[in-house]
Amino acid sequence: MNETKLWKSLEEKAAITAGGAPKADSHDRFNPFSNDFLSRREFLEWSGGMAAVLGAAGCTRQPNEKMIPYTKAPERVIPGKPLFYASAMSLGGGSLGLLVESHMGRPTKIEGNPEHPTSMGATDPFAQASVMGMYDPDRSKVLIQNGQVTFWGNFSTQIAALMAMHRAKKGQGLRILTENVISPSLGAAIGELLKTMPEAAWHQYEPINRDNEIDGLKQAFGKSVTPWYDLKAAKVLVSFDSDLFGDLSGVRYSRDFAEGRAIATGKKDLNRFYALESQPTVTGSIADHRMPARVGDIESMAAALAQKLGLGVSGKPELNPEQRKWVDAIAEDVQANKGQSLFIAGRWQSPAVHSIAHALNASLGNTGKTVRYLPTIEIRADKNSDSIKSLVSAMGSDQVETLVILGGNPVFDAPADLGFVNALEKVKTRIHSGLYLDETGSKCQWHIPEAHYLESWSDLRAHNGVSTIVQPTIAPLYGGKTHLEVIAAIAGKGDKSSYDLVREYWKSQLGGDFETNWRKAVQDGVVEKSAGGGESVAVQGAANWKWTPNTGELDIQFRPDASVWDGRFANNGWLQETPRPLTKLTWDNAAVMSPNTATKYGLKNEMLVDLQVGEDKVRVPVWIQPGHCADAVTLHLGYGRRMAGRIGNQVGVDVYPLRPSTATWLRPGATIKATGSTYALACTQSHQNMEGREIVRHATLATFLGNPTFAQHHEHLPKNVQGLDVGTAGGEYAPKAEADYQWGMVVNLGSCTGCNACVVACQAENNIPIVGKTEVTRGREMNWLRIDRYYEGDGENPVAHHQPVACVHCETAPCEVVCPVGATVHDNEGLNNMVYNRCVGTKYCSNNCPYKVRHFNFFEYSDMTTPQLKLGRNPDVTVRSRGVMEKCTYCVQRISAARIEAKSENRKIRDGEVKTACQTACPTQSIVFGDISDPNSQVSKLKEASLNYSLLGELNTKPRTTYLAKVSNPNPKLEAKQPEQGAHHE
Amino acid sequence: MPQIFRRSANTLAKLSIVVGGVAAVSVVGLLYAVQVSPYVTEVRVVKDQPIPFSHEHHVGGLGLDCRYCHHTVEKTASATVPPVATCYNCHKIVWGDAPMLKPVRDAYKNDTPIEWNRVHDLPDFAYFNHSAHVNKGVGCMSCHGRVDKMPMMWKEKTLYMGFCLDCHRNPEPNLRPVEAMTDMEWEPSEEWKETDKFAHLGIKKTKPGHINQLTNCAVCHR
Repeated sequence: MNETKLWKSLEEKAAITAGGAPKADSHDRFNPFSNDFLSRREFLEWSGGMAAVLGAAGCTRQPNEKMIPYTKAPERVIPGKPLFYASAMSLGGGSLGLLVESHMGRPTKIEGNPEHPTSMGATDPFAQASVMGMYDPDRSKVLIQNGQVTFWGNFSTQIAALMAMHRAKKGQGLRILTENVISPSLGAAIGELLKTMPEAAWHQYEPINRDNEIDGLKQAFGKSVTPWYDLKAAKVLVSFDSDLFGDLSGVRYSRDFAEGRAIATGKKDLNRFYALESQPTVTGSIADHRMPARVGDIESMAAALAQKLGLGVSGKPELNPEQRKWVDAIAEDVQANKGQSLFIAGRWQSPAVHSIAHALNASLGNTGKTVRYLPTIEIRADKNSDSIKSLVSAMGSDQVETLVILGGNPVFDAPADLGFVNALEKVKTRIHSGLYLDETGSKCQWHIPEAHYLESWSDLRAHNGVSTIVQPTIAPLYGGKTHLEVIAAIAGKGDKSSYDLVREYWKSQLGGDFETNWRKAVQDGVVEKSAGGGESVAVQGAANWKWTPNTGELDIQFRPDASVWDGRFANNGWLQETPRPLTKLTWDNAAVMSPNTATKYGLKNEMLVDLQVGEDKVRVPVWIQPGHCADAVTLHLGYGRRMAGRIGNQVGVDVYPLRPSTATWLRPGATIKATGSTYALACTQSHQNMEGREIVRHATLATFLGNPTFAQHHEHLPKNVQGLDVGTAGGEYAPKAEADYQWGMVVNLGSCTGCNACVVACQAENNIPIVGKTEVTRGREMNWLRIDRYYEGDGENPVAHHQPVACVHCETAPCEVVCPVGATVHDNEGLNNMVYNRCVGTKYCSNNCPYKVRHFNFFEYSDMTTPQLKLGRNPDVTVRSRGVMEKCTYCVQRISAARIEAKSENRKIRDGEVKTACQTACPTQSIVFGDISDPNSQVSKLKEASLNYSLLGELNTKPRTTYLAKVSNPNPKLEAKQPEQGAHHE
Repeated sequence: MPQIFRRSANTLAKLSIVVGGVAAVSVVGLLYAVQVSPYVTEVRVVKDQPIPFSHEHHVGGLGLDCRYCHHTVEKTASATVPPVATCYNCHKIVWGDAPMLKPVRDAYKNDTPIEWNRVHDLPDFAYFNHSAHVNKGVGCMSCHGRVDKMPMMWKEKTLYMGFCLDCHRNPEPNLRPVEAMTDMEWEPSEEWKETDKFAHLGIKKTKPGHINQLTNCAVCHR
């Protein structure tokens, strides 16, 4: 082995540096026999007693079950065969086109819509988890007036009277507050309402908004547009602190980016990605060059780059030698790739950086090639902070009599300095419509339960302008109403359903034969020719752009959370328990900072600190994050909810009190002080440690071209066991020829961004329960698929690698030989079957598994009683109870379904017909599954690539899941910071 | 010291071995008998139903094909208990006023489903698929018996795992032409006896002693 060692946690890195072996800490955290639990003797007594009781309980006969058929069967519904409906989900002013899998009228799983431009068939974790969001038993279920349950009819009569009053005053005193509206029909309805009541006003606010982007575009072009990037056309990408792949439309962008580095299928001229980042993101983790830099430093570098490339940006940016070197290297690279480069600024970068990025794209001839400008995605692009400010000042000066809040949770997330709550209480009639009776709903006299998008008719625009008709897959579970229906009631249109309202709108939009076009639009999930034309733009006045370098000792940065976003998904257990992409924290947010900054302030992980700016203060636990910029602390938004529901209440710390309207993303001048106490965080980072073996293999493009087989010479195996010579004659398992298929998988580490879509998709597909924070700290999380994250190199700016690991289906599986009851056995198609009904829970298999991919149900984690949750489960997968081991099955239910279909048509399963849940969800198509006995299948071809290697192959487990080594494309001019792994040794 | 046991105690001791043995065997035998008795297996046990629906009358008497009501049997896992609308198709007119059929009329008019008692109930961790069987030559009768002779529905076979495996290990005796799938009186013709049934039905035959795809655990358990 060479000297490069990978590390997963800073503790491990310290151990490696000190020359010691990394400490294994997966299973020694929790001792069931410690004082707070039973004594050993008591434990045995209880075990004996329970065994007797359970034995007796096992002797009962099966209970009687009912069969309840339909009275009149709906058309096209065949029990057992799911139907897929095109739809779309909106989040924070963007939308993702989806296909919703429905089992007899119950949505159970989300897939991406291959026809939709933002999805291309893949999804993000939010969409995957939205099924759980719909069935959430904590959603608001009744219409409430002044704390009393009432009904819709009552609301619509009272609102009609109220609106008659407003209408007489031309709408004076009426205000509507929404999130950023990207629904054409809702936008049109509000517009129409405002026409009849010109004195009324419409405000839009979301805590995670694109104010800086809007300002930057206005500065650059003098108008409001939406940029749409074409990453396929880009050879050199430069990100100024943009979380391009983790943000809205990231699904499509990461797909296009991955296509630019499809080296396993023969591509040689890879794209190159430079990322300047204030805090680590999934985007930066896949960049060829990544530099952590404070927000102000990134601004300085952007300005220096603009000057270097001949833009008349004023001022003299001060750069350190390293930054200077970067600017020179990038400048040279983009000039050599005119029309094929791309600059992207992150939503938390100042308007100046946005305008510089757009101007650079224009001057390098990228506009129209790698970036196009389209009409704004929002129906009306408002600067959210101005919009809410003007609303609060109107409320404060008693100009607002009626406020209608459609979605959003401003009481929780409005800028802290505005005093939204106090102003809100001055409003006479407050109406709130939302999915939950949340912090805002409880401050309003009226609360109307909102219909979830899976229950609604609606429409949404995507970033490239294409519209989608959102269709429901279930009637509203809790009698929710859509925003469109609420607006219709306010506009005096009575009780029109959103189906009629959406159709009415599209009747005026779709030309030709409406019914045909409508049916096609609904079925396809994309409205034809709705994209609209591009906007022509011209850069103006670069010389006057002001950029601001860093000030103050310590910055506080606010960022959306990869799981709860702005707080709206706080009650979604799937998301809460998904380890955040780089921190690997679950169930909490923290003050995330770099190792150096922590040392500077004498802080360690899990220490509680007081972060203070002026009078505003929050108390947060510390989390040290390699790759974070120095002298800044990142706080993720959306935690510390007070009225989220039983899952989300009091999880983490609410950091909105620290976020005034003047410092949406960056608050300089903070002080940090340890309180002396600590707070336990549930991190999955060092669980299931792989003990410092070289398990992620990677090289630079240059090394790869010189030594294409670099990934395959890390372990030395006897000739007869090397590679995937499955079904060796005389082996334990049936020879290959005996079965029709041999299943296998390839995971491409070169394009995995660690976005978590596969993790949540697996959870949704396989009925995987959540276990809660305490159990996660004990290492008992149940996710069948985890994404291991490894670091390499310097602690301040390490290279990050992501490696999705589920059961690798070893051909010589170590788990099978130790099972005393034959509960885990091989089948003749190469699957390692897990038979729950045989499992007695010895856990020997897990002990003997070198990959640590088996998960034991210590308790009955699945909720077997809440009726709503039963509806959302996949009927094709067993819901496991306590006492059994479980693990990835290669989605055997999908294989079975495809096999039965193929058999009844007397043919073989086609390549690509079986796609696992993780595979379909993956935005970068990093996961490929198929029949490895068919030399022409996609998976076989990838396994032939020289990048293919087995994880822990030296153990001779012959895993069916193999990995493609990562190949990066760094600029030789910038000294490669990442250590080389490719050197061959004997 | 006088003897504690009389001489006859020897005989008693010997006898006790025999009696004890017999007792042990009978207890095990009894337990086994209970286990395979209809009390536990519910084989040939008639369950009460909201309407005394007779398969004997509809299948045997009227000659309805199974698929008239169980119409998804060739398409999907579930054969499907028919919706009330299927009953009502005929019984709107045929026996339109019969008091026995009042629940059908009520269910149809009030849109309230009829709750039947399940007769064939597999455990939830076993995933049986009707279409995979009937499309590959396993007739209805093989598992359900002579439904045309059941006045009220009962379970003909235990449907235990052993029952399934017997056929999964050796499907041949239960294979018939797909056309005869629902035929209750089908007997194999001489020609059929001669046919290579596997080839005819497109089933892959495996060598004896090798693991057969049909006995993979994940075929039924997932």
